[in-house]
Amino acid sequence: MIRRSLSRGVSLFLLIVGAMGILLPFIWMVSLAFKPRDEIFSADIDLLPTRLEWNNFVVAMTQTDVPLYLMNGLVVVLGILVFQILFTVPCAYALVQRRTRWRTVVFACVLAALLVPFHVTAIPIFLGFAEMGILNTYWALILPFIPTAFGIFLFRQFFSQMPKDLFDAARVDGMGEMEIVWRVAFPLALPAATAFAIFSVTAHWNDLFWPLIAITDPELATPPRGILYFRDQESGDDVGPLMAAALIITAPLVLAFLLAQRKFTQGLSAGGLKG
Amino acid sequence: MTSETVLELRGVSRCFGANTVLDHVDISVKAGSFTALLGASGCGKSTTLRIMAGLEQPSAGQVLLNGENVSDKTAHERNVAMVFQSYALYPHLTVAQNMALPLAMRHLSVFGRLPGVGRLSPGSGGVRKMIHEKVGHAAEILGLEPYLDRKPGTLSGGQKQRVALGRALVRDPVLFLLDEPLSNLDARLRIRMRAELSALHKETGRPFVYVTHDQAEAMAMADQVVVMIGGQVAQAGSPRSLYEKPASKEVAAFIGTNAINLFRPEDGVMGLHPAADRHVIGLRPEHVSPAEDGTLEAWLETAEFLGSEILLGLRTTTGKFVRAIAADDYCTPPPGSLIRLGFTPDRLHAFSGESGLRVELGA
Repeated sequence: MIRRSLSRGVSLFLLIVGAMGILLPFIWMVSLAFKPRDEIFSADIDLLPTRLEWNNFVVAMTQTDVPLYLMNGLVVVLGILVFQILFTVPCAYALVQRRTRWRTVVFACVLAALLVPFHVTAIPIFLGFAEMGILNTYWALILPFIPTAFGIFLFRQFFSQMPKDLFDAARVDGMGEMEIVWRVAFPLALPAATAFAIFSVTAHWNDLFWPLIAITDPELATPPRGILYFRDQESGDDVGPLMAAALIITAPLVLAFLLAQRKFTQGLSAGGLKG
Repeated sequence: MTSETVLELRGVSRCFGANTVLDHVDISVKAGSFTALLGASGCGKSTTLRIMAGLEQPSAGQVLLNGENVSDKTAHERNVAMVFQSYALYPHLTVAQNMALPLAMRHLSVFGRLPGVGRLSPGSGGVRKMIHEKVGHAAEILGLEPYLDRKPGTLSGGQKQRVALGRALVRDPVLFLLDEPLSNLDARLRIRMRAELSALHKETGRPFVYVTHDQAEAMAMADQVVVMIGGQVAQAGSPRSLYEKPASKEVAAFIGTNAINLFRPEDGVMGLHPAADRHVIGLRPEHVSPAEDGTLEAWLETAEFLGSEILLGLRTTTGKFVRAIAADDYCTPPPGSLIRLGFTPDRLHAFSGESGLRVELGA
C-alpha cells in the first residue's frame, strides 16, 4: 500500500518536473504579456504581475501588423488543409479500393515519401517557384504542402479498416466512386480527419522555415515570420507587447486543440456494421 | 406466375490470376422464383452473387438479364438490390436516410442530392415526397416505423437486418440478391426471419437469389437450390429432387440434416445391395432404423435423444461408423449391444466409385 502510493508520488513528481520544464518558457511568456513595462525589467523574479497590463495587447493588436499576420496564417493554414483533404482522401480511397498491380508499388512510394524531410526538397521547390514567378504569393506558401504522404498514409490505414461491403452497398445503391469517397468514406473517417487536421494546422501555423525562404513581403508574413519582423522593427525592445503578440498567436492553436480533444476521444460509433 | 427467365448466367468463369474461382457456371433464375446458392465457404457462391449484382465482372461467359447481356453494366444500371451479410448500413445516416439513399440516387439530380441546398433544386419537392412515402411504406411492412430517426448503431441485429431489407425493398428492383443475410442472427431470430423473408418474397413477387452455407435454410425457403462445389454447379433443382436424387456423393453429403452414411466397397459392409462391391452406397440415417429382421448388424456406440427421435451412432462388425435414427419410443439398449438395422431399399443411393456421380441401379 505504502510502496504503491510512494511510487505513485515519485512518478507524479517526475511528471510535474518534466511538465514545468516544458511549460516554464510558456508561463514566463504569459506572465510577461500581462506585466507593465517597469516590472518586466525589474531585478526580482515575480511570476504574478502587481497589476494586469492589458495595454500590451492593445498595442500588439492596434499598433503592429499582428492582425494581418493572424489573417495570413489563417488563409495559409486553411488553404493547405482544404487542398490536402481534397486530394488526399480520394488518393487514399483509390489506394485501398483499386485492385491494380501497381498498388503495392504506389503505396511503397508513399511510405518512402514519408521518410524524406521537407528541407531536402525545399531548395528545388524554391527554384521552381522562382522560375514560375510565384514566390511572394499565398500560393508559394500553400502549394508545397498539398501533396502529403502522411495524410495519404493515415487515411489509407483508416479506409482499409472499413468493411468492403459498405462500399459495395453504396455501388449497388448507385453511387459513383467519387460520391462514395465524399458521402460514405469521408464522413466515417472524421476521427482520422480531425487528427490529421490538428497535425496539419499545428505544423503549418508554427512553420517558420518555409515562409522565411518563400516570402520577403511583410504583407504576406505568417505569424511566426511576422514575429520576426516585429522584433526587428518598431518594438524590438518593447517586450510586453511582443509577448502579448506571441500569446495571441499561440492562443488559437491551444484553443483549437482543447476543442478538438473531445472530438478526438469521442471516436465514431462504427455501428450499423457487423457486431 | 410465369416461368420466364429473369436472370441467366451462361458459362460464367471467374479467375483471379491463375486461381479459377468459378468454372463455367450456368444458372437460370425464373420470374418469381426463390433460388438458393448453397455451398461450403470458398465454393464460389458469393462470387457468383457478386457477378449477378455487377460488383464483379466475369472473366468469361455472359450475364443475361431479361434476355439482354448486362455483363458490363453496373449494379445500379441493372436495378438489382443486394443485402449483405454484414448489413452494410451507413453508420452516419439515420434509418430513414439509409433506406432513402438508393431512391435519391435514382430520382434526384446530382445537385438535388446535395444535403441541405438540394431542397432548392427545381422539381425535387415532388420526388422527395415520393421517396418519403416509399420509405414509409417499406418501414410499415418491416415494422421499422419507430426507428426511422435512429442511427444503425443503436439497433439490434434483427432490426439492422430489416433496415438492410428495407433499403433493398424501397427501390422495387428486378431481382433481390441476398448474401447470407441471416448468418449474423441468433438461432431463434434466424428461424423467424426465414418466415418473414419467404413472406416478403411472395409479397414482392420478384425473384430472390439467396446465398447460404446452411442447407436447412436453403431447403426451407427455396424452390430452386443450386449446390456449388469447387466453383462449379454440382446440381440445381428443387429441394425434393436434391434430397431424393442427389447427382453426386458430394451433393448427397451436403443435403440433409443428418450426414448421409456412405459405404465404400472397401468398407466391406455386407447386406446392403448387390452393387455395393462396385459402387459407393449412400443411405441417409433417417432411412436406417433398428429392425428385428434387418440385414445390417452393428454395435451401438452412442445414442442422442432429440425428443422427436433418437440419433444412434453405431459401428459395424467391419469397423464402419453408421448413423441411424430410431423413433422416440425406441427402447435404447446399453452401448455395446449388437443391433440389427433395417433400411428402405428404394431410399438407397449408389454413386460411382471413381467419379462420385450418381448411378441408377436397376430395380
